[in-house]
Amino acid sequence: MSLDKSEVQKIAWLARLAIDEQDIPNYSDELSNILSMVERMNSVDTDGITPIAHPLELSARLRADEVTEENQRDHFQKDAPLTDDGCYLVPKVIE
Amino acid sequence: MHQSTLAQLSVALESKQISSEELTRLYLDRCKKYNDSLNCFITINEDEAIEKAKFADQQRADNKHTALTGIPVAQKDIFCTNGIKTSCGSKMLDNFIAPYDATIVEKMNNAGFVTLGKTNMDEFAMGSSNETSFYGAVKNPWNTEYVPGGSSGGSASAVAARLAPIATGTDTGGSIRQPASLCGITGLKPTYGRVSRYGMIAFASSLDQGGPMALTAEDAALMMNVIAGFDERDSTSAEQTVDDYTEKLNDSIEGLKIGLPKEYFGEGLDSNIAKIVEEGIKELEKLGAVCKEIELPNTELSIPAYYVVAPAECSSNLSRFDGVRFGHRCEEPTDLSDLYCRSRGEGFGKEVKRRIMIGAYVLSAGYYDAYYLKAQQIRHLIRDDFQNAFKDIDVIAGPTATGTAFKLNEMIDDPVSMYLSDLYTVSVNLAGLPAISVPAGFVNNLPVGMQLIGNYFEESRLLNIAHQFQQATDHHKAIPGGFE
Repeated sequence: MSLDKSEVQKIAWLARLAIDEQDIPNYSDELSNILSMVERMNSVDTDGITPIAHPLELSARLRADEVTEENQRDHFQKDAPLTDDGCYLVPKVIE
Repeated sequence: MHQSTLAQLSVALESKQISSEELTRLYLDRCKKYNDSLNCFITINEDEAIEKAKFADQQRADNKHTALTGIPVAQKDIFCTNGIKTSCGSKMLDNFIAPYDATIVEKMNNAGFVTLGKTNMDEFAMGSSNETSFYGAVKNPWNTEYVPGGSSGGSASAVAARLAPIATGTDTGGSIRQPASLCGITGLKPTYGRVSRYGMIAFASSLDQGGPMALTAEDAALMMNVIAGFDERDSTSAEQTVDDYTEKLNDSIEGLKIGLPKEYFGEGLDSNIAKIVEEGIKELEKLGAVCKEIELPNTELSIPAYYVVAPAECSSNLSRFDGVRFGHRCEEPTDLSDLYCRSRGEGFGKEVKRRIMIGAYVLSAGYYDAYYLKAQQIRHLIRDDFQNAFKDIDVIAGPTATGTAFKLNEMIDDPVSMYLSDLYTVSVNLAGLPAISVPAGFVNNLPVGMQLIGNYFEESRLLNIAHQFQQATDHHKAIPGGFE
């Protein structure tokens, strides 16, 4: 498996990661090497094997739909880079 | 006093040989003295620690204490600590002051532990050498030109150098056991779901598990008694009754059936390591254990499967770092996409970016079945291998790591070689089993760990075997030169 420049750029965009143009060849090599290693999985036939997402195959616990947390907006927003009047600020999305 | 185990410190505090404040100052002095050379702490909480130690002394005076009240601990910087910087080894969280305590931290605080500081780690726990940290590499106290292992390298280095009597770690693919092995300490990765993940910054949620990094199995058991148990704030927490992990420590291991996977002693294992581990197993036989060879035929597939599952989950988990609510935000973003891309591009280091991109790729349209689904099918096969083995045996023994500690910078530019060194640890995470690494000897004055893998929720049995081994051997008592 080998990833070219445009594929690396596409993956970086999917992951919303800005990467330097000069680093792309390096990423291309390293990611390709990792994917080649990963493709050793193809040496085993897994037809009919159920995939498992949880090692103990337990299903997620449910709880009553009740409010259990108190509002701590001001406390949590102390870590926010930019807020105004209790809102998180981002660049303008809608003109 | 700094050479004491948790069990010994508990006695010393109870008999008033030393106060918690004196003990805490002693460890803080060591932390400050040696952190320049080892770099095992990101943050040292001197003032808070002394305040907490004074409080612990008061609790002891008022007879409101536990056996562990007043004992210092180092917390891996992946656990949220209310009011204290929690960086996860990343520039992304360099400015993050956790607004709450992780369950593991809350439980240890309630038991009276005194937090000395936050230990260095591979960025977002992604690494096997502790070289990917934004705060620089951690050094191995046995030889400061060598890595301590990772990702809990700061915790392992701190405990080995006796800068803290015990520490927390987390293990997603070996991150407690491998640094424990490379630094000559005892590290337990509990069963998936045994210890709450609430407040533990997520890397790969179906694999992550926190646990103790200690000088002895007995100390690990004492800490497990504090941290294990169901937590409704972690949706994958196990609703299983919790053992008293110290209860069976002194049981005989006569008749214990140990499986030795032939795949763990084959090609890829350094012959010096094999010799040490075989000697360790002979020691267990002397104590009455019976060994037989077993097969874990899909062992080799565990690395490829792991390096699909873990990056896939990491790419999803780390999408929360968007420069909006907390963490690093780029300067003057032109639009929302620019804000996301540059904040993440600047905040994450190289290894984290690599893994996020692998994860995004294997989950992307058209590739999901070939990679992610396939890896989850292999995960099923790996779990079945272990379950078949446990029909005939009680525990599995083998090496923890393929070698001893390697030199700083030796592997950092070769991610695939670094990944392959996780051969004996990742399958345990894929299967969700508990496993412990115990010091078993030295090669060229660098420690070697022996790994014991148990069936689900059999931490007590692992701790029992490890404790019996440590009653018969002295490897865990060795102190690195210069840190006595």
